[in-house]
Parts: sequence; C-alpha cells; structure tokens
Amino acid sequence: MRQGRYRFIVGALAGPIVLYAVLVLWPYLQSFYVSLTDWSGYTSERRLIGLANYERLLKDPVFWISLRHNLLAAVVLPVFSIGLGLFFATMLNVAGRAKKAAVQGVRGASFYRIVYFFPHLLSIAVIGVLWSFVYDPTGNGLLNGFLGLIGIDPVNWLGSTRTAYWAILAVIVWVSVGFYVLVFTAAIGSIPPDMYEAAMLDGASRWRIFWRITVPLIWDTVQVALVYAGINALDMFAIVNVMSAAGGSGGPNNSTQVLGNYIYLTAFEHGRFGYATALGVALFVVTIVLAVITLRFMRRDRVVY
Amino acid sequence: MSVHSQPRALDPKPPARTEPPRRSGRDQADIGGRTLNVFSHAFLLTWAVLVILPLLWTVLNSFKSDDEILTSAWSLPGSFSLDSFVRAWTTANIGQYFLNTAVVVSLGVILTLGLGSLVAYVIARYPFPGNRVIYFLFVAGLTFPVFLAIVPLFFVARSLQLANSLPGLALIYTAYYLPFAVFFLTAYFRTLPDSIADAAFIDGCGHWRAFFWVMLPMARPGMISVGIFVTIGQWNQFLLPLVLQTDPDKYVIAQGLASLAVSQEYASDWSGLFAGLTLSMIPVLVVYIVFQRQIESGMVAGAVK
Repeated sequence: MRQGRYRFIVGALAGPIVLYAVLVLWPYLQSFYVSLTDWSGYTSERRLIGLANYERLLKDPVFWISLRHNLLAAVVLPVFSIGLGLFFATMLNVAGRAKKAAVQGVRGASFYRIVYFFPHLLSIAVIGVLWSFVYDPTGNGLLNGFLGLIGIDPVNWLGSTRTAYWAILAVIVWVSVGFYVLVFTAAIGSIPPDMYEAAMLDGASRWRIFWRITVPLIWDTVQVALVYAGINALDMFAIVNVMSAAGGSGGPNNSTQVLGNYIYLTAFEHGRFGYATALGVALFVVTIVLAVITLRFMRRDRVVY
Repeated sequence: MSVHSQPRALDPKPPARTEPPRRSGRDQADIGGRTLNVFSHAFLLTWAVLVILPLLWTVLNSFKSDDEILTSAWSLPGSFSLDSFVRAWTTANIGQYFLNTAVVVSLGVILTLGLGSLVAYVIARYPFPGNRVIYFLFVAGLTFPVFLAIVPLFFVARSLQLANSLPGLALIYTAYYLPFAVFFLTAYFRTLPDSIADAAFIDGCGHWRAFFWVMLPMARPGMISVGIFVTIGQWNQFLLPLVLQTDPDKYVIAQGLASLAVSQEYASDWSGLFAGLTLSMIPVLVVYIVFQRQIESGMVAGAVK
C-alpha cells in the first residue's frame, strides 16, 4: 500500500529544496563571506580583507545615523500605530452605547474597519509617491494647501532635516493603524462577552474595563503586534527610498537615512558590495538583538480563561 | 527586512469571525457610556477623514489639468476628462507595468502555493530521517532580513539569467516566500485527520494522487489564507524588483510608479502621474471590497498566527 514512499518524498522535495538552496540559503551563506572582502564594482575580483569592513562600519557616521533612525522608528511606530490601533479597536468593539448592560461596538464599525485597513493593502511605493505630493513644499500640496487656508506658510516637509523623517514616520503610522485595528478586533472578538457583562454589572468604569479586561486578555496579541511593528521599523526601505529627497538618497543630508536604504545605496549606487554586505550583517545582528530584547521584556503571565 | 512577516504561534486556524461582543440584558442607564460614544464617533470619524482625504485628493487630481493642479490644492477639477488615464496607461507605460506585475505575481503565487504545500505536506505527514532538518532550514529563512542576501542574490540571479526576466522574478519571489508558506501550511497539514489519507491509501491511491485529490482539497482554508498573504506581499514587493529588474520594460507597477515620480521632475505630467496612482489603487480596492472578509482574516492570520 505504501510503495514508492521514498520516491515520493524525494520527488516532492527535490525541486523546492534546490530552488530554496540556490536562491535563498546560498546567498545568505555567501553574504558572511562577502562581508569580509573588498569586493566593489562589477568585477569578479574580490580580496579577503578580514574584518576591515566592520572596522570601517564602526567609524562610519552614516551607519550610526541610519541605525539611530531605525531604532527611533522601532520606538515611535509601535507607540503610535499600536496605541492608536488598540484605541480604535476598543472604540469600534466595546465603546458602543451600553443600553443593555452589555458592551457593543459603535454603529458603522465595519465601515471604519474597511476604511482604516485599505491603505495597508496599497504598495508602500505607491503610498510613498502619493504622500510626496501631499507633502509638496508649495501650496499645491494637500497639507500645505490646508495650512494655507488657515494662514500658515508652506513647510518644506520632506526637504528640511528637521521635519523629513517625522513626516515619513507619520506616513507609516497612517498606513499601519488600520492593520492593528484589524488584529486587535479579532483578538477582542474572542474575549467572552460575559466578562464585559459581569464587569459592567459590577459597575466598573470603561477605563477600568479596558485596563483590567481588554488589555490582559489580548496581551498575547499585543506582544506579537509589538514584535511585528519592531521588525517593520527595521525595514523602512521602500518608504525612504521613494520619499526621501533627491530620488531616494536618504536625504536631505541623511536625515531620513535608514539601514535598508543605506545598504541599497552602498551596493547598487556605489557598487561597494563588500561593505554593503557587512552593513547587512550588522542589520541582521540588530534584528536578532532587538527581537530577543522585545521578547524578554514582553513576557508576562498569559491569562487563561 | 525580510520579505515576509514573522508568523509565530503554530495555530493555523483562521481567526474567529470578528463580531463585536454583544449581549442583551437588563436595562441600565450609562451616562458615561453616552459621552464616550459621542467622543468615540468624533475620533473615529477624524481618522476616517485622515485616511480618505489623501486618497480622494489623488483621484481628484488625476482628473484635473496640470494648470489646475499647479494653482490650488483644494479646487475641484473643472471637467472630468479621462485623458490623463489614457496617457498614464499608454505613454507612461502603466499598462505594461500592470501586465508585468500580473504575470509575476500570478506565477509567483501559484508556484509558492504549489511547492509550499508539497513541502509542507511531506514534512507534516511523512516522518523520515532529515525531516526536522529540512523544516528547520525553511523556517530559518523567516528570521533573516532580505538585505543580508541581496548582494549575493543579485549575482546569483544574473548568472542564472533570472534577472530582468518576469518568470525569473517569479521564481525568486517563490523562493523567498517558501519559508512562510511551508511554516504556515505544515502546521495546517498536521491538524488534518489521518483517517482520510489512510482510507485513500487502502483504496489503492498513490502518494501523488492522495496529495492532489485528497489532502490538498482538505487544506483549502489554509491555502486561501497563505494565498492572500502571499499575493499581497508579492504585489507590493519593492526591493527585489528594484534590484533585479533594471530594464524598464520589465518593471512591476510599484517600481514603475516610483521611477515615474522621479522622472516626473523632467516630464512634468502631473495629472498623468496622479492617474497612474489612481489606476494602481483601483484593482486593490475592487479586490478588497469583493473578498473583504477573506483578505482581513488572511492578513491577520498571516501576520499574527
């Protein structure tokens, strides 16, 4: 009955494993070696230079600026997008009029959910182009046009080192809030309604209910969302590449530079492949460290119900 | 960062329907709840306006003439002409980019689902020496940022003639989305009962037949979740095409629009660019409205589960 079992296993796995090994595993493995070479330009010559790339990296101010920007994003984005996401999800699901000693969502909750989530489905590149126009430095941009109506002079949002990175972070928040609303809506939906009912009958305030029931019961989901947001904060490549001044330079003056974009520029604009790969290894290390820290801090007893 | 999200727990079930919790019960006046209700609507509405306004503005601008765009941000188009859409589709090559994206994504998603489900099925249901190692190799791919591999990948893809080729890009997407598909679907196949597969074998079904005709149909819900997540991810992919597709004839839509926005400084066909943005959003909107529930649960499951 089970003849040809091994033939089947080999036949099924051979293709995918070869594809994966050649296009994914092999490049990843190679990268650690490439990061130890002075490979540059489109020649096949590469010389082992030991840890020189890493030494240089530690002294490279742009590396540190980029890293700082990624880490800033890893702090700011979770606070705003998860905070707002949780706030709106609570509003949508348990802030409705409590006529009947029961919590319920506001009217039109599904409309809001659809609207909030839609930007998340759009390509980041498309969003970046769109928001570049919203931020247009002249009065023709949506934002400066609006400020003009209330008598404020146009601000060069993406062209000024003071505002550019914050303007980009705001776009990420704009995109991702709806996603977290959806995630938390699913989590809140799985809380037994009796819990809310009992709390309301006991006269607990909304605020208390939020902190004592909603948050503990969806804490697992909040954790996952934090990790997810942190990981996205270490990316930011597409949005910076599309929105930053002078065609994705991470400008003005590296004020929006992030590691992903710096790696891209180093490799594919300047052809310094060895150094770019060393930056890639650094990004990998940062990712792992951040993930470990997040998971450490987030541990909190799971509530069983 | 990595091209895919980081799924965590091993529970592949689609999340429960996201009905807000509600219960009927005794009447009880709740004045606090009512004020909160007014407030929550104000907040919710504000965010909805913030989300819709930039999108709506983009759509309106694509109907305006360049003169109108350059005079005021807030004016309505004088006449609704479709010229800009025709220009975007043909002159600006949006049509070509659309076609390229459709080819790459449909091929990529079919391959990802086909190979991913095959690997997952074998790992989940055929114990053999090396089974765990293969599983671990695939799942490890979820933890590495793609920036780490990008330089070696660029050269591997060139030497294998996969760069500047639509099927080539689809293969690369497949390889990089396999870890996610394998991880998610392995967990799914493990939840399926043994009895049905055993019955199929007793009836003289071969391994391939059992997979295609018995197990795959049973895994449909899991396949749909993965399919949605992978489709959206590949449709929006930016880094890989930017690095690998240097020939403008092979651009995908996200990349095409971004490069159009940069070159726009010289050509300055503003309404055409806005029309391009609008065109790129329309299919996403249509698909979202039609498959709203599946997309929402697929995205949440893909990211969180």
